Amino acid sequence: MNSLLAELLGDHTLRTVASGAALLGISSGALGCFAMLRRQSLLGDAISHAALPGVALAFMLTGSKEPLTLLLGAALSGWLGTLLVTRIVRGSRVKLDAALGLVLSVFFGAGLVLLTIIQSRPDARQAGLDKFLFGNASTLLSSDIRAMALLALLALLALLLLWPRLKLLSFDPDFAASLGLPVRWLDLAISTLIVIAIVMGLQTVGVVLMSAMLVAPAAAARQWTDRLASMVLLAGAFGALAGISGALLSARIERLPTGPAIVVIVSLIVFFSLLFAPNRGMVFAWLRSRGQRRQLGQATVLISLLQLAQQHSDPFHPHQLIVPGSLSRQPRRQAAQLVRDGLLEALPDGLYRLTASGLSEARRLSRELLPGEQP
Amino acid sequence: MGKRLADPAGPGGGGKAAPALEVEDLTVAYNEKPVLWDVDLSVPPGVLLAVVGPNGAGKTTLIRSVLGLLQPVAGKVRIFGRSLAEARQRVGYLPQRGSVDWDFPTTVLDTVMMGTYGQLGWLRRPGRREREAAMEALSRCNMADFAGRQISRLSGGQQQRVFLARALVQQADLYLMDEPFAAVDATTERAIVDVLRELRSQGRTLLVVHHDLETLNEYFDWVLLINVRRIALGPVSEVLTSENLRLTYGGRAAFLSVEGSRGAAADDPPAAPGGGIEA
Repeated sequence: MNSLLAELLGDHTLRTVASGAALLGISSGALGCFAMLRRQSLLGDAISHAALPGVALAFMLTGSKEPLTLLLGAALSGWLGTLLVTRIVRGSRVKLDAALGLVLSVFFGAGLVLLTIIQSRPDARQAGLDKFLFGNASTLLSSDIRAMALLALLALLALLLLWPRLKLLSFDPDFAASLGLPVRWLDLAISTLIVIAIVMGLQTVGVVLMSAMLVAPAAAARQWTDRLASMVLLAGAFGALAGISGALLSARIERLPTGPAIVVIVSLIVFFSLLFAPNRGMVFAWLRSRGQRRQLGQATVLISLLQLAQQHSDPFHPHQLIVPGSLSRQPRRQAAQLVRDGLLEALPDGLYRLTASGLSEARRLSRELLPGEQP
Repeated sequence: MGKRLADPAGPGGGGKAAPALEVEDLTVAYNEKPVLWDVDLSVPPGVLLAVVGPNGAGKTTLIRSVLGLLQPVAGKVRIFGRSLAEARQRVGYLPQRGSVDWDFPTTVLDTVMMGTYGQLGWLRRPGRREREAAMEALSRCNMADFAGRQISRLSGGQQQRVFLARALVQQADLYLMDEPFAAVDATTERAIVDVLRELRSQGRTLLVVHHDLETLNEYFDWVLLINVRRIALGPVSEVLTSENLRLTYGGRAAFLSVEGSRGAAADDPPAAPGGGIEA
């Protein structure tokens, strides 16, 4: 661990790559929460794919490979794609999912065609544009990092400023509109912020995988918290964690590209969160439902014995274990547990009887679970 | 209530108060099919009005058009004699419970505070004043104990009361409520009715989409019968006739035989079974 840290601090290239990836992870994680909560996770995918022709066109028009020029082209065409999706949904009967698919494939296809045209040119300067497909973080320069930091700062500042409104807009857009909030404008603002986050990641992660950086940290963070503020913070942290460790991993492992490494790590974070988060995690849910089943089974055994005992004047009259089978699949095992808990007494010949505390517990459960039943 | 406009009687000021809601020639269509056709309404201030009609009759569409949430083909809406833009702060809205995702990561208190965002300055964040208003609204809906709870851990009736509390903090003079009684238990229904009556007794006007014809007479003063077109509008006892119900719900025989007799009963209050005339 210490050597890793030393490596991170000592190696200039690695430091550049890691800080770029961290900045990207923070902003896409934080903004991705809003995309997810507004059920627009796939919008990120459409935007990032739609950015490709912008990169190619910017190069064809200017002949420059300056990241700023290319990313400006990417932002413009990504933004155009977003507007187009909105227009298609509002102006036709095509639904959102189809509109997203349409814009994504048409723009991406056009981008690939343009890339092919560029690469068939006899000009040597064209090499390397295809890094925008899967990203190539090792080409990041200090100047790129400064630009990314500025963009991330602006995006997060805007998020902070618009916070209450964006929260309301994401939860209940109609109510927001009924209050007179400028919802179209806010809509455009959040889309623009998402475009910014995506464009920041194009050099590092590439158009194909970028949407994972929006969706995955948000999905993982949602598992751990029920508050929007902590969800956004956590998603930013997950994004940064994935970015930095992806950068380190690809530096360690020969020919492992940074972008895919980051995406693999963020996917592992999602996987872990889906399984193990308290409350929402699958393991937790499974344990809880098992516990509930067991409790219900034990309650069934107690209540059945109570009902049997009520047929006699003596509530402690011993009985065979006769339990409606569908309610308790393993009455004997549950009875054994109840004996250990001191609620039942096991007698020879498979007979059981309630103890004093068992009787009062059975009465309580009967009142609670079977209202209307006479205890 | 400090935000009421200076002249609640509206412009003109000829002594008679402007209607709380005035709708003229309102026509709304989705894909060429009219949902509302040439609807005219004039709702006086201070009434508790039920909006009644079959599914697809345009009840929700009416509310959404009044709020400017959708673009009508034609028509004019005036609120206390002013345009929606001018009167926006006097209008409160309670949307259908199913219109939002209740798994959204937020608490009951935060959700209720959203009702204050209409008056929040652009750089301001909700603070103590908003929090107190939200808490007060929650206690009026018997929901104060749930303030810190995540909204997905509420029953349907509790969710409905959270929406009611959010409407309360709006401190509006005209409320538009879309099915506040949908799928709630008797306790919640009672709690909601109490709040609605309290609002009315403060002189506020309420338009409430309602489905249960049996409780119309008991809960509401006025009723709007609507089915794409306006069928009737007025005091419940005058409007709820078997003829009007037939016009509203069409010729569904089984339904008519029951509602017809009830409608007739409403024409003649002393004979009304269960005598729900306490209002």
